[in-house]
Parts: sequence; C-alpha cells; structure tokens
Amino acid sequence: MQEFLQLVVSGLAAGGIFASLALALVLIYNAMGLVNFAQGEMAMFATFIAYALISRGMSFWIAFPVTLVLAFGGGIAIQRIVIRPVERAPVLTLVIITLGLATLVNGVAGFLFGYVPRPFESPFSSDTVGVLGVFISYRDLGVIGVSGVVLLLVYLLLQHTTVGLTMRAAAHHPEASRLLGVHVSWMLALGWGLAAAVGAVSGIMVAPVLLLEPNMMQAIIIYAFAAAVLGGIESPLGAVVGGLIVGVTVNLAGVYVPFVGGDLQLAVGLAIIVAVLIIRPNGLFGRASVRRV
Amino acid sequence: MSSVLRQRIRNAPPRYALVAIVVLLLAGLPTVISSFLTSEWAQALILAIAIMGLNILVGYSGQLSLGHGAFMALGAYISAILAHKYKMDYLVTIPIAGVLTGGIGFLFGIPALRLSALYLALATFALAVVTPSLIKRPKEWTGGPQGLLLVQPDPPQPAKDAFAAITGTAMTTDQWIYYITLFCALLLFWLAWNLLRFRPGRAMRAIRDGEVAAAASGINVAGYKTLAFGISAFYAGIAGSLFGLATGFISPDTFPVSLSIQLLVGVVVGGLASIPGPLLGAIFAYFLPIESNQWVPSQSWIPSQIASTVEKAGPAVSYGVILIVIMIFARNGIVGLVESGYRMLQRRLRGAGDRETGQMPSGPQTV
Repeated sequence: MQEFLQLVVSGLAAGGIFASLALALVLIYNAMGLVNFAQGEMAMFATFIAYALISRGMSFWIAFPVTLVLAFGGGIAIQRIVIRPVERAPVLTLVIITLGLATLVNGVAGFLFGYVPRPFESPFSSDTVGVLGVFISYRDLGVIGVSGVVLLLVYLLLQHTTVGLTMRAAAHHPEASRLLGVHVSWMLALGWGLAAAVGAVSGIMVAPVLLLEPNMMQAIIIYAFAAAVLGGIESPLGAVVGGLIVGVTVNLAGVYVPFVGGDLQLAVGLAIIVAVLIIRPNGLFGRASVRRV
Repeated sequence: MSSVLRQRIRNAPPRYALVAIVVLLLAGLPTVISSFLTSEWAQALILAIAIMGLNILVGYSGQLSLGHGAFMALGAYISAILAHKYKMDYLVTIPIAGVLTGGIGFLFGIPALRLSALYLALATFALAVVTPSLIKRPKEWTGGPQGLLLVQPDPPQPAKDAFAAITGTAMTTDQWIYYITLFCALLLFWLAWNLLRFRPGRAMRAIRDGEVAAAASGINVAGYKTLAFGISAFYAGIAGSLFGLATGFISPDTFPVSLSIQLLVGVVVGGLASIPGPLLGAIFAYFLPIESNQWVPSQSWIPSQIASTVEKAGPAVSYGVILIVIMIFARNGIVGLVESGYRMLQRRLRGAGDRETGQMPSGPQTV
C-alpha cells in the first residue's frame, strides 16, 4: 500500500509536467484547431536557453522567468514567420509544417548545443519529507507546486482578463471578433507565445529528471498528447486532469503490469491515445463537435 | 514487330518515352557505378517504394500517417523472422511480408476511419515513436536490441553470366540486390499507376477533396479509405523487407521516428498525388544527408568540431527547412513546380490569347 501511494505521488509529479505541455497543446488547438507537433521541441529549446543562462552564473530563479519571457517571444516569432502564411491552409499542410518545425528546432538545438546529455541542476533538493508514511521528495513537491502555479496563472489570464477574453473570442469566432476590432492574427500569435512559455515550464521541470539533450522531449510529448486527448483536446482543465491521470497510470503500469515494465511505459501512452480516440474521441471534458456539411 | 504495336508506339504520349529512358538509366546504372554506390541506389529505390505507398495514403486518399516507419519495420521483421527461424528463401518472404503488412494496415485503417485527420496524425506519430521499444520486447523473435543478421543471397548463374558479358566484371551481391529492388520498384510503380488513374484513384481523390460530396456520388468512402491504408501498408511492408535484404541487418534502431519523417519529406518534396514524385522525393531524401555529410568534412574552411555536429544535426535542420518551405511556397513539390513551369512555357509559346479550356487541375486542391 505504501509503495502504491509512493508511486501515485511521484506519478502526480510527472503528471504535472505532462499537464503543462498538454496545456500548451490545448492553447494552440483552441487558437487554430491544430495540434502543434513542435511543442515538445520548442520546450526543449527553451530549456537549453535556461541551461545556458544558468551556466553563465545566473541563479535559477532569475533564469526561469527570463527563459519564459524569451520562450514567449520565440513562440510569437514562430507564429509570425512560419505559421502566419498558412493560417487558413488545410490541416494536412499545417501538421506537416509543425512537424517540419519540430525537426528543424531539434536539429538547431543539436547544432548549437550538441548531443551529449547534460545534467540539469534542479532548484529543489532531492531530500524527502515523510507525510503519512509516504516519502515525498522536495523535488516532486516543487514540480507539483510550480506546475500548479503556472496552470493557475494561465487560468486567470484566460478567464479573468480582457486579453484572455479577446483571445478566446478570436479563437471561437474569428469573423465576428474581427468586426469588433480584434486583431485576430495577433491573438493567434499571443496564443503561440503563451503556449511556448507554458511548454517551457514542462521542459525546465523535466530536465533534472531526464538529462538535457535535443531528444529529451520525444517521450514527454507522447504523454502530453495522451493527456490532451484524454482530457478532451479543447479543454484546459481536461489537459491538467488528463496529465495527472496519465502520469499516475504510466507510473503504476510500469511497476504493477509485468508486461509493461520500465521499457514499455511509452507504449502505455500510445495505448491511452488509441483507446480514447476509439472509445471516446471527445475525451473526458471535451464537447462533441458538430459540423455543418 | 507487328504493325499494330508499331502504330501504338508511334502514338504513345511523349511521357512514355521519358519513362522508358528513366527505366533504361536505372537498369544500366550498376554497370557504370561502383558496387557500393549501387547499394546506396538500391536503398534509395526501396525508400521510393515506401514513399509511393505513403503517397497513395496521404496524397490521394488525404489521410496523414506519420508512422509509416512502423509498417516498414513490420515488413522487415516478418521477412527476417521467416528467413531466420523458418529457413525460408528470403526472396519468397518478400511478397509474404508485403501481404501480411498490407492486411494489418487494412485492419489499422478501420479504426482510423473514425479519426479526424489531426487525430490520425497524432496516433500514427505516437506509433512511430513507440516502434523501437515495441520491437525490442519479443526478444526470442526479434533478437531484442541486438537485432537480426540476414544472409544476403548470391546472384544466380544466368544473372552473373549476363552481367559479366556486359561489364566484364563479376556481379556482386549488392548489384544483384539492386536488380531485385529495381524489379519490385518498377512493378509497384506500374501497379500504382494503373490503380490511381482509374476508378480507385478517382474515388480516393474525390474523398480527399470532399468526403460528403463523394459519399453523395455513391463512392464507398469507408471502403476506399481502408483500402488506401491497406495498399499503402503493403508498399511499406515490401520496402521494409527489401531494406533488410539490402542492409543485411535490422535492429530496432533501424526504424526510428526520423525514418517516418524521411518518408514524409520524400512525399512532400516529390509532390503529393503524383506518380513520378515519390521517385524524385526518395532520391532527394536519401542522398541529401549522405551527400552533405561527404561535402561538409571535405571543406577545409569549416572547423572539424563544427563539421562533426553538422553531420548529426544537418539532416534534421535541412529536412525541417525543406518541409516548411515547400508547404508554404510549393505545395505540390518538384513535380508541381515542373508542371506549372511546363504549362507556363506552353502558354507563352501558344500566345496569351489562348485561354485554358475547362480542364480540371490535376494537383491536389485541398492539400
């Protein structure tokens, strides 16, 4: 029982990381009906920026917000340069472009920083604290805390500010918003920037666990896909809940399902994606989409 | 030669001559280049087969698969296990691998029907990422991370004699494998050409450009979409099987995500929904990293430290840039560029007054 709870807690910490990346995916999906295949690679690149800042002597808690601001700017730049020319293109084109973007960012990171895995210092100590017989590391607590704060901030931004309202309006009714004087295209750019920053959080949180290297996010993005699909791809709340469920499920399956073990955990992510898409394509919190033909 | 045949040859459209020239060039290639280069060309042709299959799925039926490397892996391992465990002749296993992979692809296409293009892309991408670790699991079959070594066949005596008569040198195993590959590639391209210019191809394009309209016109949408998946997996299975033959060794790392991306690059560069596109795209996608890896270290002005990073990161950067640039500026790839160039030239020659007749454009409209 204690082992079980232990696994649940560390699963929640992993889930917080997946939730941040899944939320980034949801933000872009809501803005333009597109799954951004480059989200993980963008997060990885931001983490390298944080690494570079920290290794130049900057303290983690200064480098962290600086990286998020840079990632925000980078996200906007990517939207303006790469996505804007094809904003109205069919899904197939957009998916291929984000996949190209993923490959490109991965290659550029490899070019600039090399492929040698680097240890990334966690700002939290790996000491543990006992709560009700379960040992939780400060690192896990820190990850859960940081992810929670970020998710809360995004929620507040989207639901309780004018900018958030405008962004949602631009995503839901581009034509009507344009008539009301909203710069729809810039709102999309804002969405990309926000997604890049939220994704960067997941990268920085996961880097101390998996060493930092260009292919670091390849597995994480699959879990984030699973989380986003499970929660319903247009629901921010769903992304968070989905992320936590995926984190715990993957962790438990790795230990309790003998066939899965340590090396097939990724396949659990795939299984979740496939199962949700076939049984309940709208996920837990998504609305059934109605299409006029 | 009968007069009917002569008549038909004289009346054949000019592009038939082009096809004949390309086939002759490909057939004659091993007689002029080294055995090592021949082996590289064989792999390019194998890639062309897989890309042709992916093109049927993406370009014609409009379903995006980012996980075709997984089908290639399946074909390769079916062949390898049959040859390795059951001591079957490798050449016999190639069609078996194709048919089995095609069958599994067909089954895969049934749940795929329910998914939107976006979700399908997502699920197949996840499949591509998971493939290497899935292969590692059944160790006693797949050899785990160590992979499987395959015995490459010696060329048969008649082929040896014929080759020696032309070039004066003995035929190597690589050259024999090249001819096997070329034979399969020609057969499969011919098959695709016949399939796509008639009813199935028209039906697939109609579905791609408007599913509801296609259904209203009496096209069996579900049937053709799963059929496209099956055929496309069949091509990938054959390509995977040939790949094992050509390299003599397969392991989980032979089929990384980047292979699936490479296939997609080939489709996009060559031109969606075209028959010659996959061949051009494959040659491009296969030789680009190889050539650049040879070129970069040979340049003395590039420091060796940078050169070694370029070798690793170069393919990813160039593939990424190419995917983005082509999708923004030339959505129908090389073939599309050539076609529009040709049409422009023709219009110039004919004069501006000659308006286009109401012909349907051949390129994909919704891609």
